[in-house]
Amino acid sequence: MASKVIQAFYNDDDVLMHAVKKVKAAKHHIEEVYCPFPVHGLDKAMGLAPTRLAVTAFLYGCVGLAVATVMMNFIMIEDWPQDIGGKPSFSYIENMPAFVPIMFELTVFFAAHLMVITFYMRSRLWPFKDAENPDLRTTDDHFLMEIEIHDNEAELISLLSETGAVEINISEKDLH
Amino acid sequence: MASHYEAPIRKPLVIGDKSYHDVTVDIAAPVEGRANLHWWIVFSIALAAFSWGIGCIIYTVSTGIGTWGLNKTVNWAWDITNFVWWVGIGHAGTLISAVLLLFRQKWRMAINRSAEAMTIFSVIQAGLFPIIHMGRPWLAYWVLPIPNQFGSLWVNFNSPLLWDVFAISTYLSVSLVFWWTGLLPDFAMLRDRAVLPFQKKIYGLLSFGWSGRAKDWQRFEEVSLVLAGLATPLVLSVHTIVSFDFATSVIPGWHTTIFPPYFVAGAIFSGFAMVNTLLIIMRKVCHLEDYITVQHIELMNIVIMLTGSIVGCAYITELFMAWYSGVEYEQYAFLNRATGPYWWAYWSMMTCNVFSPQFMWFKKLRTSIMFSFFISIVVNIGMWFERFVIIVTSLHRDYLPSSWTMFSPTFVDIGIFIGTIGFFFVLFLLYARTFPVIAQAEVKSILKASGSKYKKLRDAGQPLYQISTQAPIITGASAAKTETVKELVKEKTIRPIANAEKDASSLLAAIGTFDPATETADDLKKVKGIGPKMEQTLNQIGIFTFVQVARMTGKEYDLLDSITEAFPGRAQRDDWAGQAKKLSSK
Repeated sequence: MASKVIQAFYNDDDVLMHAVKKVKAAKHHIEEVYCPFPVHGLDKAMGLAPTRLAVTAFLYGCVGLAVATVMMNFIMIEDWPQDIGGKPSFSYIENMPAFVPIMFELTVFFAAHLMVITFYMRSRLWPFKDAENPDLRTTDDHFLMEIEIHDNEAELISLLSETGAVEINISEKDLH
Repeated sequence: MASHYEAPIRKPLVIGDKSYHDVTVDIAAPVEGRANLHWWIVFSIALAAFSWGIGCIIYTVSTGIGTWGLNKTVNWAWDITNFVWWVGIGHAGTLISAVLLLFRQKWRMAINRSAEAMTIFSVIQAGLFPIIHMGRPWLAYWVLPIPNQFGSLWVNFNSPLLWDVFAISTYLSVSLVFWWTGLLPDFAMLRDRAVLPFQKKIYGLLSFGWSGRAKDWQRFEEVSLVLAGLATPLVLSVHTIVSFDFATSVIPGWHTTIFPPYFVAGAIFSGFAMVNTLLIIMRKVCHLEDYITVQHIELMNIVIMLTGSIVGCAYITELFMAWYSGVEYEQYAFLNRATGPYWWAYWSMMTCNVFSPQFMWFKKLRTSIMFSFFISIVVNIGMWFERFVIIVTSLHRDYLPSSWTMFSPTFVDIGIFIGTIGFFFVLFLLYARTFPVIAQAEVKSILKASGSKYKKLRDAGQPLYQISTQAPIITGASAAKTETVKELVKEKTIRPIANAEKDASSLLAAIGTFDPATETADDLKKVKGIGPKMEQTLNQIGIFTFVQVARMTGKEYDLLDSITEAFPGRAQRDDWAGQAKKLSSK
């Protein structure tokens, strides 16, 4: 559905924070805020749910640890047990000290890479992906708050004008 | 905002009264400008050295490792020395970006990007040596855990050399994604500034379509923090495992438990020296003195002094342990290091690594840029000698005095080493011309806390920002439409039903009128939910095309409902606009 949005531009992160709080207090839903750098506390002020990427990293790390254990148990203990330097490979747990470095490395490898891939997929970041910031200045020094218009254009314009916006723009936008 | 507060005693990290836009301009400048003559001269020298290195590598691979100066006693020399040296240099990048992030050290932000670039480029150099040393590098995949062609003979997971394979590849790849993730917003900044279509396309590609949504930033910060948490033990593990290559053997001089912490401290030591070498030049060439300040150099010098002292303690502990162990072979290994034929290498190491960083106790010296540069070169040399001393002096006099010998490098040994230095600088110089060399998004986020402009405002008791009272520029909302909106708001409570005509005109004003002279009417019945009767009604209002329907939003649907007074809410439920959009694009 095509919808109309109002975009308010700010040139300061503190002014933006005040504006976000004001808009939230007036019970409007903020569609999106585009920033050139991370503004601390913005996600909370906007009412965004906390991200669960750290949890996924922990789970991926567990997967990596399991992969390392299963792999080395199969290769070193089950498939071709050898007696190296009088230290026979008959039990994973008894030979484990030698396996600790790779158990650690694969835990980190899986946790780091799969978490980053999850981040890229969730935030829709990949090569040849087109950027979606509505204004080029939002990667430089402007902050852009976007609110969907539901029959309240005039009301929003007057509200946003009071928040210290430097520019207000109304445009059509395709929602996914 | 409270989070911007910083104690007044802290010196500004960004000087020159920069605003957000100034940061953008300054960091984009080296990328957008043209390379000067100095860059081309240095690049040509680096490229020449790299070419010589490639020639020596080709000669080694085609003829054999016999082209090196190795002999049956000293069977490991420059190759592994260079490998450990390069891996060690890499450690500073991760330390700065990960460990200093966990400790919330803001000064890391001006230098982390280049330090991480240095990490990646130097680990690439390090990785070359084991692969060349294999003799048949096309069989390098044999280090992967795959069985041989007859069935089940696998790699040996008890071997520290295999641990190295996993450690170095994990380290390289994790550093790379850490670096790249941080680069996305900065590539996006270059993309949005690019004027030429080619640059716009390239930086668009590199930035992965970064848009800077609040949710993206929230995830970005979480990912950075978790990656830092993972990279910190990773970086400690990498040099620990490198030291296992020696410590798990039974060679006197190598077989010692102090190696892991001693190698890690040495790695950070040499890495910071290399960061200083590179950044002292880069801040000058790229005009980044306002971001990489003398304070940054001073702080790095303090780290060099600290880690240099740790390394010094390790050297002395080693000597003590050799004596205290009572093992005569161990005792001889260290006596031979200090007083044997390689005494000059040992004392160069001691002078460069233990003695020279002690000058940094003097504030005047550690804030001197020329002196810092000089010491950073001295430390780089000293740390190369440390690895040479550990490796060659432990090997060259083994248990059998008849096989005692010396090592002398051939031109191939030297060529490959010089070649990797050339390769490293080729990569770094290309990076400095094409990448945002400072994490500008992060620098902007600390500007209010640590920028000189805002610090002055805070000292003067003035607010850091002001909510503008000027009316903003409003675009997109035409005056007529604003009027209509106002009227609608007013009329909402008592809407006369007979006002259909007025509604129709405001509806058309919102979705656009149909001009029979230039446009052709679409078959609106194709939209699910529009029958012949409804199409007729829409035509009466003045709606003939999909494009018009596609522009309808909730407000227009309501208007339409009030005009037709049939099937209220139907258009919204069936999403006429969405359907019409698809149809119009066919």
